[in-house]
Amino acid sequence: MNLRAVWAIYRVEMARAFRTVLQSIISPVISTSLYFVVFGSAIGSRINEIDGIAYGAFIVPGLMMLSLLTQSISNASFAIYFPKFVGSIYELLSAPVSYLEIIIAYVGGAATKSIMLGLIILATAALFVPLRIEHPFWMIAFLVLTAVTFSLFGFIIGIWAKTFEQLQLVPLLIVTPLTFLGGSFYSIHMLPGIWKTVTLFNPVVYLISGFRWSFYGKADVSVGVSLGMTLVFLAICIAIVAWIFKTGYRLRN
Amino acid sequence: MPVCIKRQPAYIRSQFPAGLFSMSSIISISGVTKTYATGFKALKEINLDIERGEIFALLGPNGAGKTTLISIVCGIVNRSSGSVTVDGHDISRDYRAARSLIGLVPQELTIDAFETVWATVNYSRGLFGKPPNKDFVEKVLRDLSLWEKKDSKAITLSGGMKRRLMIAKALSHEPRVLFLDEPTAGVDVELRQDMWAMVRRLREDGVTIILTTHYIEEAEAMADRVGVINKGEIILVEGKAELMRKLGRKQMTLELRAPLAAVPDGLSHYSLELSADGSQLIYTYDNQSDRPGVASLIRDLETAGVQFRDLDTKNSSLEEIFVNLLRQEP
Repeated sequence: MNLRAVWAIYRVEMARAFRTVLQSIISPVISTSLYFVVFGSAIGSRINEIDGIAYGAFIVPGLMMLSLLTQSISNASFAIYFPKFVGSIYELLSAPVSYLEIIIAYVGGAATKSIMLGLIILATAALFVPLRIEHPFWMIAFLVLTAVTFSLFGFIIGIWAKTFEQLQLVPLLIVTPLTFLGGSFYSIHMLPGIWKTVTLFNPVVYLISGFRWSFYGKADVSVGVSLGMTLVFLAICIAIVAWIFKTGYRLRN
Repeated sequence: MPVCIKRQPAYIRSQFPAGLFSMSSIISISGVTKTYATGFKALKEINLDIERGEIFALLGPNGAGKTTLISIVCGIVNRSSGSVTVDGHDISRDYRAARSLIGLVPQELTIDAFETVWATVNYSRGLFGKPPNKDFVEKVLRDLSLWEKKDSKAITLSGGMKRRLMIAKALSHEPRVLFLDEPTAGVDVELRQDMWAMVRRLREDGVTIILTTHYIEEAEAMADRVGVINKGEIILVEGKAELMRKLGRKQMTLELRAPLAAVPDGLSHYSLELSADGSQLIYTYDNQSDRPGVASLIRDLETAGVQFRDLDTKNSSLEEIFVNLLRQEP
């Protein structure tokens, strides 16, 4: 194992986050605060409790997930796309580094950043609403699993993308809508008839439901199913990454 | 330069075990082909041995397959078939050992623009699994006149400085083989001279250097051996001196006292050329030719009554040899 290489890549990735602190950390904090001002205070004060949880507190896990998913994807996809775009990827490909090491370093870097961000959002939320975390272990477990899974997903997008437009396409057109429709701001029980079933095809529902359960002990779907689905996404991403590396797809043409 | 068994006559080579011959080459490329997904055959069947400690110049026109070949050896592009070993390590099975011996300076200036010089060179060293060594990295930066810029971001460097940085990155992990892909393209005279001084120093340290260049006079000045690649095939590999001797041609130009309208009949067997204004006679001959020599031409000129003011001879350059070689290709 070339641990020095893993560390070298990881450090560069983390350095980028701190170099672009405004974009990486401050801007999500500001946008989260805005969500709380709008949904939590302004509109939230007129919404009844959901499952016995004040609306402002109810949306915290969903908001964290929203940032976690989008940031994991954008961190990891950009991290691998950028060297491809400027051409500096030659160095990574010519280095004595295994695919596993590349993945650990890039996905590790992206996941670390989004987990840090998730925790910052949590701390910001604590300033606005009373929070409680009933299952801290599972909260961290869902946080880490989701960050890793979606960093892997972002890595796949970064390898696949040939243009900046494609890089933005999946997060913008698929992930953000799925997250908004995945129960970030409501319980799926509030949906009318058929939509309750349709929404079960949205994978993000399981992530948010499981995560919210770790906070308040209440879930839209059973927590075992949530965990199972998260692991299934993780397995799918690992399988795709393994295939990419086996074939050299868009890397070693 | 170590004694090279491969260059010895067959009767000497036959006295050594077969394995010994491959030991003298640091890179061994055999039967390598590359067909891209589009169906384009970039490399047809490449067999090439690079000898330990030599400077090898790979020449070829644009699109001949030079960069593809280098990229395959360095692990950037997958080959379609064939095998490559670096110091006995197969580049697929034993890629860690093979790649850690190689430093690559690609043609394009591709650096993470927002990193500092110091950070990016140390990153390269780490990527190749080497423990941090500030003294060594400092030496590399000083050798390349980059030390003053160590805290500058890559984006603020001039083109020449970026090129130096690319070289520093390639040397950061103390490679035994250095690939320089068009190292002096778009580089000013000072940097070019620095670069060649560096190449000579590296060679003295036993580093093998493989370079591609469009400036053939540089290959002529630096290389021990020359390989010519065209349309995905190696058409020639030869020691530079042998190549110049075998394929080099000489040209003698005679400045005539009085212009001629045509080459006199008595001199037709010399295949002389007359310049457009008739004031110069040009005689081109191979070094190994059995054609009549210069002395007899001068005698015959006198007999024919052709007088000349001055004469000038020159050897053909590697560039002319190169161009001729490519012209002969179907």
